[in-house]
Amino acid sequence: MELFFAQLLTGLANAATLFLVASGLSLIFGVTRIVNFAHGSFYMLGAFIGYSLMQVLPGMFGFWLSVLLAGLVVGVIGVVVEILVLRPVYKAPELFQLVATFGVILVIQDLALLIWGADDVLGPRAPGLKGIVRIMGEPVPKYDLALIAITPFFLFGLWYLISKTRIGILVRAATQDREMVGALGVNQAWLFTGVFFLGATLAGLGGAIQLPKGGADLLMDFNILAAIFVVVVIGGMGSLPGAYVAAALISVLNVFGVTFLPQSTLVLMFVVMAVVLMIKPYGLFGREEVAGEHGQVGEPERPIKPAGVKVRLLVAAGLLLLALLPLFGSDFSQVLTSDVIIFCLFAASLHFILGLGGLVSFGHAAFFGGGAYVAALLVSHVDAPMEIAFLLAPIGAGFAAFIIGWLCMRLTGVYFAMLTLAFAQLIWSLVYQWGEFTGGDDGLVDIWPSTWLNGTTPYYYFTLVFGIGGILLLRHAAHSPFGYALRASRDSSRQAEATGINTKRIQWAAFTFAGSLAGLSGALFVFSKGSVFPTELEIARSFDALIVIFLGGVKTLSGAVVGGASLEYAKDFLTRFEYWRLTLGLIIIFVVIVAPEGISGTLRKVAERFGIIRQREGES
Amino acid sequence: MSHILEVRNLSKSFHGLRAVHEVNFDVGEGELLALIGPNGAGKSTCFNMLMGQLKPTTGEVHFQGENLVGKYPRDIWRKGIGRTFQITATYSSMTVVENVQMALMSFHRRVYSMLPYAHKMYKKEALTFLDMVGLASQSERHCAILAYGDLKRLELAIALCHNPTLLLMDEPTAGMAPTERESVMQLTADIVREKNISVLFTEHDMDVVFGHAHRILVLNRGELIANGSVDDIRNNPMVQEVYLGGGNLFDSDEAAS
Ligand SMILES: Nc1ncnc2c1ncn2[C@@H]1O[C@H](COP(=O)(O)OP(=O)(O)OP(=O)(O)O)[C@@H](O)[C@H]1O
Ligand SMILES: [Mg+2]
Repeated sequence: MELFFAQLLTGLANAATLFLVASGLSLIFGVTRIVNFAHGSFYMLGAFIGYSLMQVLPGMFGFWLSVLLAGLVVGVIGVVVEILVLRPVYKAPELFQLVATFGVILVIQDLALLIWGADDVLGPRAPGLKGIVRIMGEPVPKYDLALIAITPFFLFGLWYLISKTRIGILVRAATQDREMVGALGVNQAWLFTGVFFLGATLAGLGGAIQLPKGGADLLMDFNILAAIFVVVVIGGMGSLPGAYVAAALISVLNVFGVTFLPQSTLVLMFVVMAVVLMIKPYGLFGREEVAGEHGQVGEPERPIKPAGVKVRLLVAAGLLLLALLPLFGSDFSQVLTSDVIIFCLFAASLHFILGLGGLVSFGHAAFFGGGAYVAALLVSHVDAPMEIAFLLAPIGAGFAAFIIGWLCMRLTGVYFAMLTLAFAQLIWSLVYQWGEFTGGDDGLVDIWPSTWLNGTTPYYYFTLVFGIGGILLLRHAAHSPFGYALRASRDSSRQAEATGINTKRIQWAAFTFAGSLAGLSGALFVFSKGSVFPTELEIARSFDALIVIFLGGVKTLSGAVVGGASLEYAKDFLTRFEYWRLTLGLIIIFVVIVAPEGISGTLRKVAERFGIIRQREGES
Repeated sequence: MSHILEVRNLSKSFHGLRAVHEVNFDVGEGELLALIGPNGAGKSTCFNMLMGQLKPTTGEVHFQGENLVGKYPRDIWRKGIGRTFQITATYSSMTVVENVQMALMSFHRRVYSMLPYAHKMYKKEALTFLDMVGLASQSERHCAILAYGDLKRLELAIALCHNPTLLLMDEPTAGMAPTERESVMQLTADIVREKNISVLFTEHDMDVVFGHAHRILVLNRGELIANGSVDDIRNNPMVQEVYLGGGNLFDSDEAAS
């Protein structure tokens, strides 16, 4: 009982940070509809800046002043990001902005490395709150009690701001109906900037306030990201009390999880989220999304046609070049090109459901890594021959997609994205924590192809056949009745349903199909590397594909392949330099701003303008 | 005349608001039946219940003897009912003819097929439907850039694809110029006569209604207040009252749309 109570207190203290950061994310999403991936970076900056300030500001007063200042400085950084990076892309297609925020993550990571170095910093303890008190015999840090006491004030303060002040009323109005605020004559641009300031400030405060407990390190941006998304989704997008309740729930469960079910800590959070979303699809305090709110923004997508003779010849020439690569290219160039093809297949499979189906999945890595693990597990546990394992990988991944798709299909928009993320994390944490079976963190090694594929060149050809084959299959599917039905379901599910199409089932089938092709790319991957680690299932892997699709162009079929190839080659080149993240981040932001249609969409426009390809009638 | 659709005690309330209340009517074979009423009377709500987009609070809808309540729109469509929407619903990323081809692929149960090229499927058939509604010359245009009136025509073409026995048309001429209204309505009347389709349509333009409807239903605040021939309705004092109260009987177009 005593232990129980003490742990409850620890959980509630941890909830303080989580609530601050998550409520900032929730506010930003509620008003601007931007899923701000860089929110974890704001949190990290808050911690580092707070740390630096605490070095120069002494005493209890200095400590709390540092926390406050750290929040404000991060708030200003948020404003800079909003004005420089996001404003130019508000008009871009739905969710496009998240690519820009991903660029911001990379930039901030390297800047933090540059300024504070690679070592973790230990947070100073809060002056005046250093010791512990005994509650029912159990030691509880004083600072924890302080945090528990402070959080309700933050909640109340925010609640007051949002529900009682004029600014808050505007924010709420904007959350509910953005057009109306415009009609009321409020300058929307500044409202967005203001909300970004507030949201970033909260993240910065969250980072600084947890210093005595957790310190600061360069991984904290991604580490908290999953947790705050979970909190926001469980609580309901845009709901402050929801964020508080969910933060408390998650933190407390986590503390108990560590004590009673140490095997489950990583999984727990996502299980809770999945359960909540399946019972209350819009979170505990969330309201149903108004239909059309997430409709296509920007220019409508253009009709597609199978490639003409000219393009086919071009593709054939490209393929020939790839086929001849072993004659003139080094082993390294073959390995690199294999990597690129595998990644392009993975991205193209995501594009199938995202671009054509309008289903934004944040968890596609589950099927890439899933396919890789299916093959690797078969090889290492039952000594399956490579051919069998390779065949079963896409089937296994497709089966996983079949189940996850069934569970996620009732949600739409951001909630769908979050649920796919949750299931992907679930699989990741299972693999990570079930060490005896999956090898855990050490991964599975010695997964090599059969003898007839030994060596770089044979496997290169193998990758070429199956990788390109998969991409062409996806392309063909896009032009088939199935692909058309998928687009019809996205364009107007009302019309599609009224003309005999079971839109949910079409989307489910597409999700399964895309999952199995991601599994195919995973299988190609695992036999080319000879090993697989949980990183292949991580959020970052899903994001890679997502970024590539948006960079390449969501609305063009070639987008995923063009983006995938560009990013993989760029990464290979850039990672030779020390601050490659900074460069890559800046490049991404640059592309996002100058080419909001993505690389291939923009190239096409340029080509049209200069008359290289014919403009279709009536299109601008 | 035998009835193909029988609507019995149909009601729908939204959080206590009685959008449609205890409505009864029949649609005869080959009949052109108009459902009129002021804005918010519940016309679209009725359509949504007939086609399965909304589940009625109470009541029954019998189509050729079978109760449709609780069925999905896609299943109701297969039974031979087609509809157009008040706010047009088309596939904006496709060409005009592909919009029609899509419905034909669905009709022939080919939507899960992954082998053939979709843009070649049922194209000839699709073009004949486009020709019927006067869109043949625009068949290769991008649907997203079509004029509103043409979108309405396109929806009609889509709705005709599965040879329906009953067509529900929600404001088929909204957003059109008066001359175009007349021609579209005439076109519809010709098509349905030729194919022996029954039509239930809503319309705010009284010239169109009085000119083409065989019979008229009047809905006001969710209740059916009149049901009769064109002359009956024209001279019905209660209808006059409702519409004059709303201020828009004989020149209603712009106020309504
Ligand atoms: N999904 C809904 N939720 C709540 N109320 C609704 C909903 N759909 C319709 N209503 C309400 O039901 C009433 C009837 O609406 P309906 O759209 O059926 O009218 P209508 O006769 O088609 O009008 P109009 O001529 O403007 O198209 C209106 O008061 C409307 O606000
Ligand atoms: Mg209506």
